[in-house]
Amino acid sequence: MSEDHVYLTLAEGHEDDARWAYGTGFEDPLHGVDTTVPEGVDASELAASCVALADDALVSAQRLAEWITRAPELEEEVALANIGLDLLGQARLLYSRAGQADGTGRDEDAYAYFRDADDFRNVRLAELPNGDFAFSIVRLLVLSSWRLAHFERLVSHPDPVLAAVAAKGVKELAYHRQYAAEWAVRLGDGTEESHRRMRKAIEQIAPYIGELFTAYDVRAEVVAVLRQVTEEAGLPMPAYRPSAGCGRDGEHTEHLAPLLAELQSVARAHPEATW
Amino acid sequence: MTTTHHAEASPPESPESPETLQEHFDATIARDQRIEPRDWMPDGYRKTLVRQIAQHAHSEIIGMQPEGEWISRAPSLRRKAILFAKVQDEAGHGLYLYSAAETLGADRADLTDRLIEGRQKYSSIFNYPTLSFADVGVIGWFVDGAAICNQVPLCRSSYGPYARAMVRICKEESFHQRQGYELLMTMMRGTDAQREMVQDAVDRWWWPSLMMFGPPDDASPNSAQSMAWKIKRHSNDELRQRFVDMTVPQADKLGVTLPDPELKWNAERGRHDFGTPDWDELMRVIKGDGPCNDQRMERRRSAHEEGAWVREAATAHAAKRARKEPAA
Repeated sequence: MSEDHVYLTLAEGHEDDARWAYGTGFEDPLHGVDTTVPEGVDASELAASCVALADDALVSAQRLAEWITRAPELEEEVALANIGLDLLGQARLLYSRAGQADGTGRDEDAYAYFRDADDFRNVRLAELPNGDFAFSIVRLLVLSSWRLAHFERLVSHPDPVLAAVAAKGVKELAYHRQYAAEWAVRLGDGTEESHRRMRKAIEQIAPYIGELFTAYDVRAEVVAVLRQVTEEAGLPMPAYRPSAGCGRDGEHTEHLAPLLAELQSVARAHPEATW
Repeated sequence: MTTTHHAEASPPESPESPETLQEHFDATIARDQRIEPRDWMPDGYRKTLVRQIAQHAHSEIIGMQPEGEWISRAPSLRRKAILFAKVQDEAGHGLYLYSAAETLGADRADLTDRLIEGRQKYSSIFNYPTLSFADVGVIGWFVDGAAICNQVPLCRSSYGPYARAMVRICKEESFHQRQGYELLMTMMRGTDAQREMVQDAVDRWWWPSLMMFGPPDDASPNSAQSMAWKIKRHSNDELRQRFVDMTVPQADKLGVTLPDPELKWNAERGRHDFGTPDWDELMRVIKGDGPCNDQRMERRRSAHEEGAWVREAATAHAAKRARKEPAA
């Protein structure tokens, strides 16, 4: 293999763009998919579901990105970025679907960059600051267990676009949940310090779990997963209870607005720009 | 990491005299064949390679920071995904490179300590700040472009695991460069403010990018031995010239001005003439006095220290598991 040959091939075709990172190509991800909302599906309900699920994913991806260059090990940088990228990809497809369903024709960026905190419908657990690695792992375990159980139901949703997004997402979320469960066991079992941090994380997260069960009821599946993982990890089951406020109604903690201010800062500073 | 042996390059099984081993090594290099992890190699070759590969790995890891700063603020979801994936690729490059260094007997934890304690360096380019989103595009275009110029010849490095890691890394770097350039093209078609951002980023990154090829040849004392060992294949000045020649037409197409009044085509040489980078600045940045050296090191150090309890827990858990399930 001559050096010049290597050099030339670097500049040549990149047909395999898709393998680099989901959603980073130059194509419209919904290109060619029939986007008509089927009869019998309530379009505004469909749009609301898509926005809520997209907001959970976008806000979670934003928090996961904060781990980049701060993770305990390089393998964790790669894994957390993978999970963040999967969720970002899900958010983009779901926002696009919402824009078609609610009749506004808004694109993914209109939802992400030009709505304020009280228009966001993510659960509050997603927006809490990262805390330590234990907190982030317990949160990921709870959110991915809930999202996987919910997506497994959405696979048979009458809207073919949402069903397709769910079918793709199920495979991704199974990995997210497995990653979180493995770390939960390692940290619950590892050292006194890691055990103590995990107990504290579970206590801090417990009050936010009930909120997940208000809209889509997959409580039984989620509780079963949490019970299995906490038992294996030698940790207590989180004492969840019905939630007072709810992010699904636009009631958020004080942490969401600053997260969005950062996320939206460049886009809002240059509203006429194209990126 | 593959450890495939080239039959001709392997030392015979029976003990050999140092002279025979050295002759065998020299002949392998002369034939342009690869040295593999279990082959005999001179200590100097091993040490030089470990240092070079480790510095390259450290550069990938520290290099995640300047661009990583913009993942949270990327102005569209598509750009966010592209940047997030790029920074993740850099972590992956760091991992392959640390693995390549481990085939030479180095230990990743030890190399990390050397970085954090300032005993090993990383590329000086990452000690400059990223001040606007255009910097993300210009880093892709210049810094990844310069990295490609530096690294493509290393795909033919005499050390097998390093050469193979380079092939994969170069492909990804080339993808990143194309993405960076595409971002700049898009911005140049946008608003006046966007075009100003691009030109400003070009002005700030041009000279530090030229410094990425290292000091001029007459001030680069270790280069000759590395060239003889085929660890390095072209001189610093030759690579710098290639980078300039490659970049000038791209700048024209983009519609930006490279900030060098001496830059012009030399028909006689068939190459571009260009000005001299500020080598004193390079030396200052290498010695730790660049704009962001402290902040880059501090981030890496605090991530390592704050993650210590996690790594300890993982080790303790693995040990408990091993005790519970002894190997049959």
